[in-house]
Amino acid sequence: MNIQFREGLEAASSPTTKTAIADCDIHPARATRTELYPYLAKRWQHHLEVYGVHAYQGMMEGPPYPKAQPNASRRDAYPPEGGPQGSSLSFMQKQLLDPNNVQLGVLNPLNTGQGIRNHELSAALCSAINDWQIDKWTSKDKRLKASIVVANEDGLSAAAEIRERAGDKNFVQVLLLSRNVEPLGQRRYWPIYQAAEEAGLPVGVHAFGFGGNPITPSGWPSYYIEEMVGHSQCQQSALASLVLEGVFERFPKLKMVMIEAGFGWAPSLAWRLDKVWQRLRSEVPHVKRPPSEYICEQVWWTTQPMEDPERREDLFDVIKWIGWDRLLFATDYPHWDYDEPSRVLPAGVSEDNREAFYLGNAKKLYGLA
Amino acid sequence: MASLIAGGVDCDVHPAVPHLTSLLPYLNDYWRDQVTTRGMVDLVSQSYPKNSPIVARPDWRPETGKPGESLEDMQRHVLDPFQLTHAICNPLYGVQMVFSEDLQAAFCRALNDWLVKEWLDRDKRLRGSIVIPTQSVEKAVTEIERCAQDRRFVQVLMLVMGDTPLGKRALWPIYEAAERLDLPVGIHAGSAYHNPPTAVGWGSYHIEDYVGQAQAFQTQLTSLIVEGVFVKYPRLKMVMLESGVSWISPYLWRLHKFWRGVRMETPWVDRAPLEIVRSNIRFSLQPFDAPPDAETLIRLFDHMQSDELVLFSTDYPHWQFDGQDALPEGLSPDLVRKIMIDNPHATYPRLN
Repeated sequence: MNIQFREGLEAASSPTTKTAIADCDIHPARATRTELYPYLAKRWQHHLEVYGVHAYQGMMEGPPYPKAQPNASRRDAYPPEGGPQGSSLSFMQKQLLDPNNVQLGVLNPLNTGQGIRNHELSAALCSAINDWQIDKWTSKDKRLKASIVVANEDGLSAAAEIRERAGDKNFVQVLLLSRNVEPLGQRRYWPIYQAAEEAGLPVGVHAFGFGGNPITPSGWPSYYIEEMVGHSQCQQSALASLVLEGVFERFPKLKMVMIEAGFGWAPSLAWRLDKVWQRLRSEVPHVKRPPSEYICEQVWWTTQPMEDPERREDLFDVIKWIGWDRLLFATDYPHWDYDEPSRVLPAGVSEDNREAFYLGNAKKLYGLA
Repeated sequence: MASLIAGGVDCDVHPAVPHLTSLLPYLNDYWRDQVTTRGMVDLVSQSYPKNSPIVARPDWRPETGKPGESLEDMQRHVLDPFQLTHAICNPLYGVQMVFSEDLQAAFCRALNDWLVKEWLDRDKRLRGSIVIPTQSVEKAVTEIERCAQDRRFVQVLMLVMGDTPLGKRALWPIYEAAERLDLPVGIHAGSAYHNPPTAVGWGSYHIEDYVGQAQAFQTQLTSLIVEGVFVKYPRLKMVMLESGVSWISPYLWRLHKFWRGVRMETPWVDRAPLEIVRSNIRFSLQPFDAPPDAETLIRLFDHMQSDELVLFSTDYPHWQFDGQDALPEGLSPDLVRKIMIDNPHATYPRLN
């Protein structure tokens, strides 16, 4: 947690001695404020200069809950050439990809075109960030794969963006955030799921986002830690909505990835859904099977931030309940709560499970096996 | 199923107010007139629609009226067959939804007086929770102090979803009064519906609201812990009622990890969240939201690393189990005794 690397530490460990891994949650950043402008029409450049993005939260810049570190990122992750953490490919290669022998890195750009009240601007920014991911990242390093960022509140334009990118091997998933104007199972988001299913792309739901709803069902809390912990509750509610609205029933080939929200809560949520569904299924006849079955068949989980029991082996119970074949290792680079690949798993994991956890599951899910 | 033992305490039963008009005898002339002149309707929360299957077990559902409105039924269904020494009454009448602090205070006062007369006075095994008008902290404290003179009130009752997170400092006078008067604060499932019932907005379904209670409890525990409620009031106990229990350990693992990472933000939190929960937070047993096999249960309780966290409850008349199977399979006789007798008595000083 919150670790600071000493200069040269990564360089000292040779990649050839490390097993290849997938990192399913990397956050690329823009080096400058105007880095997307080449991908935006003049109208939108002007709009951003005059009005800003007008998000579903009050701050013109930055988050309403101040992060623990600048940009919520590691202090040692500033690129030597300047710019914020995560904004330099060469430094990302040097600090993350090479020393950890990352064979597959999935990019999840945040603070892009999502959570914006002007839906046309949202669509323009999402399209721009998708072009930018190819130009700046995936075309320059074949280990990196992009996520199709979509205008989350406008299902039709989001679906159009997915269809436009479908078949482009630079992209391996569609990216949504957990917090939206409505719970993610609602009909306004169905065109996204339909297009993703047609394109054979998983939909990743990354913790975070702004939809105007307080981050607790009892109003706005005081602290950043409450927002951080709260993301897992948001994710639970979003997943419950997906199940109970029948999204998995309607789109049986849809695969979803819960990103950066933990996974320790998954068994408990599935058990609770099953138990309550037995009582109340007459309200949701479109949910034809026990909710846990949809979750087991159609949901994957990235690992970071791994829950951290006092007795670390307690985690094995939870993983057993979820399945070793459902977890996708992630570091969350360059964010401060980065999980170090060599330290996240307690001892006592079989070679097969270790391989699946670090690489195999991701390659299979993202069609790269 | 594990065997029940006699002499237990049921920490969560729900006597129902038959109708708003049942409270008229406990309102003064002004409020009685307001209720009738303005045509106020029964305060039934959509957290618990009367006919929802989860709101009453089929064999506990009366032919007429609301489930839980008859003392004789409660005696016949739980107090006698479970051989209880005490049952703690947590009325879920929807007074929390009221926005006016004056009206809410009048309703809470009436509800508490109704509980004394219609229930506590009629069965010596029953104990009560003080329902408070949270729209006004000052009025809430006044109501706590008024009711606390009757030792049969053993707890203060709040809903898990209200206007603000429960740790917020503005609410602390409530906790000060509760600690001073030997009253744990029970936080029960349910919403005032002053905020969307999930942190990602309004869902479509009753089932979604019910599933979401567990997430609401998680956010409230975070708030209570990081705001420093238990630093300020170290003797205060809080009981999560109808919260579910299988989420507790994984939730705490996550909170603990983040607390270690950003504790500089809340430096007054001088103990690990795990320790705070073990000393100050308790959970009612039902609904036990885990698969019905002994192996899973044993692992879940082992993860908690404490046999003091869980308090027996039937959640009467809600439908959480069938027959006499209130205790899930896999509990050892020692743990049954802790859950049914020792833990409730250690939590509620006024039971002793």
